[in-house]
Amino acid sequence: MVVGGPDHEGQAALRSDLRIVADMVEPGSRVLDVGCGDGALLAYLGHVKQVDGRGVELSQSGVNACVRHGLSVIQGDADTDLKAYPSDAFDYVILGQTLQATRNPKEVLQEMVRIGRRAIVSFPNFGFWKVRLELLMTGRMPMTDVLSYEWYETPNIHLCSLKDFISLCDEVGVVIERGVVLNSGGRDIDFSPGGLFANLFSREGIFLVRRRDSSD
Amino acid sequence: MTAPSAKDTSRPAPAAKAADHSGHCIELGANAPLRLDCGTELGPFPLAYQTYGTLNAEKTNAILVCHALTGDQFVLGPHPVTGKPGWWEIMVGPGRPLDTNRYFIICSNVLGGCMGTAGPAEKNPETGKPYGLDFPVITIRDMVAAQKLLIDHLGIDQLFCVIGGSMGGMQVLQWATSYPERIFAAVPIASSARHSAQNIAFHEIGRQAIMADRDWKGGAYHESDDQPLRGLAVARMVAHITYLSEKALQQKFGRELQDRKDVTYGFEADFQVESYLRHQGISFVERFDANSYLYITRAMDYFDLAEVNEGMLPQAFVNTPVRFCLISFTSDWLFPTSESRTVVHALNAVAANVSFVEVLSDKGHDAFLLDEPEFHATLEGFLNGAAEHRGLTWS
Repeated sequence: MVVGGPDHEGQAALRSDLRIVADMVEPGSRVLDVGCGDGALLAYLGHVKQVDGRGVELSQSGVNACVRHGLSVIQGDADTDLKAYPSDAFDYVILGQTLQATRNPKEVLQEMVRIGRRAIVSFPNFGFWKVRLELLMTGRMPMTDVLSYEWYETPNIHLCSLKDFISLCDEVGVVIERGVVLNSGGRDIDFSPGGLFANLFSREGIFLVRRRDSSD
Repeated sequence: MTAPSAKDTSRPAPAAKAADHSGHCIELGANAPLRLDCGTELGPFPLAYQTYGTLNAEKTNAILVCHALTGDQFVLGPHPVTGKPGWWEIMVGPGRPLDTNRYFIICSNVLGGCMGTAGPAEKNPETGKPYGLDFPVITIRDMVAAQKLLIDHLGIDQLFCVIGGSMGGMQVLQWATSYPERIFAAVPIASSARHSAQNIAFHEIGRQAIMADRDWKGGAYHESDDQPLRGLAVARMVAHITYLSEKALQQKFGRELQDRKDVTYGFEADFQVESYLRHQGISFVERFDANSYLYITRAMDYFDLAEVNEGMLPQAFVNTPVRFCLISFTSDWLFPTSESRTVVHALNAVAANVSFVEVLSDKGHDAFLLDEPEFHATLEGFLNGAAEHRGLTWS
């Protein structure tokens, strides 16, 4: 938990994918973190980047932990609670490791780029070679470090590959400004849309996106 | 310590039992009367209040606690009428979430109440007799307008926080819309932006019980020795059920019998739950005025923040600078979580700064008055965070 801790400690304690997300956020901006968990990212952004942060979290324990630490977080979920926000209310809307757990990822993505000038989405890549290999070799639903649930109890009901996500963005008028992928060793590599192997060799992807406008 | 005030009269405040409340009582609206929603002007009128803790030199550490329907200004006890502890001892005091070592806690008896503030039991200066039904019908907004005069009187530019549960939460929301620049943070607990049809219905049963009591005498019972105690007790019994959850009632009483082995085949209080409710009714009438009950329930029924904003609740909060924290309880069916969530969505729609926690509890609506560690920890955390943003520090 980095909440309230000194800046350098916060930096050290932040999970690697959260650190990449944090690096995409401009200092002093307004941020909505959807599925903010215990508030680690919000607390970090508040302390290190002077961000005006808000959060939405489904679990009571998560919300209570956030509010107890002075963060502005509401109990809610991505599928139902984004509709209430006005357009362009935030500079960034962040959805970390949650897209695959929403009932309607397409609508959630559209809502995110409506209420935020930019959105940051991270998710596990179902096109990762280990996932493919496990299904091929065992004939059973893959379980990996990132996807560690049995099929009958997983909250991850809408898994996708990097390619699937890129195609969804295209379909709903969302422009990818930047992408970073993590390989099996957890090393981060800039994602290039033309690259042939990212979808095979990345265990997760983190994308900075915005809605398409007339200049695109 | 209490707030210094040259205007304090500290006179015995008349109420249901005309007790000496030994609290603060000031006269408000002497220069300019308070214009009520019903169109009547009120003033000068008395307003009774209590304070706990110390107001700092900058006057930035004041928290206004708004009490619920049958509460009063005695957050901490002993209560001057009943001798019992105050209604929020669990929340207010040294080391409690509303820490009197840090904050200056203010709580005033609402307009229409019967513990010293102007209400139907109070003497009408024109007649020298209690107002009875000649007292003007008041609203939540009127209550808050009177509180604001008190805050002016205390010389506080901005309250650090306004907090309250149930009807107290309605007052908090009213504060946030009437005087947003006068409060830094707002905590409406187990409350709503409008009173629901079901809640109006329960209030109507209570009022009918009072008015059906022959001793009510069209509200003029103060002229006789009798009071509509039976009607008021029934009103309390009905209301008390709505404050609990089905599970809490079942766990506490089940079908246990009261001091007997078998049912009596009669209509005495055979069951413990009956005995309990009768006790609740009887002890309530010792400290509460029947007409006050009519007026205050009416004020709650009339409350609808959306209505006065053309049906658009978010309009009530446009550009609000207030930091909100809403709290609801899972087993509260009187002010269910959906009511709080409606307010949260309205606040989201104007991108306000809001926290919202639904606390898991089987204690029903009354949970906000009881020992719920998760609730208390959440509230304390929110206040700490808000204090940090407000720049409040303690040595």
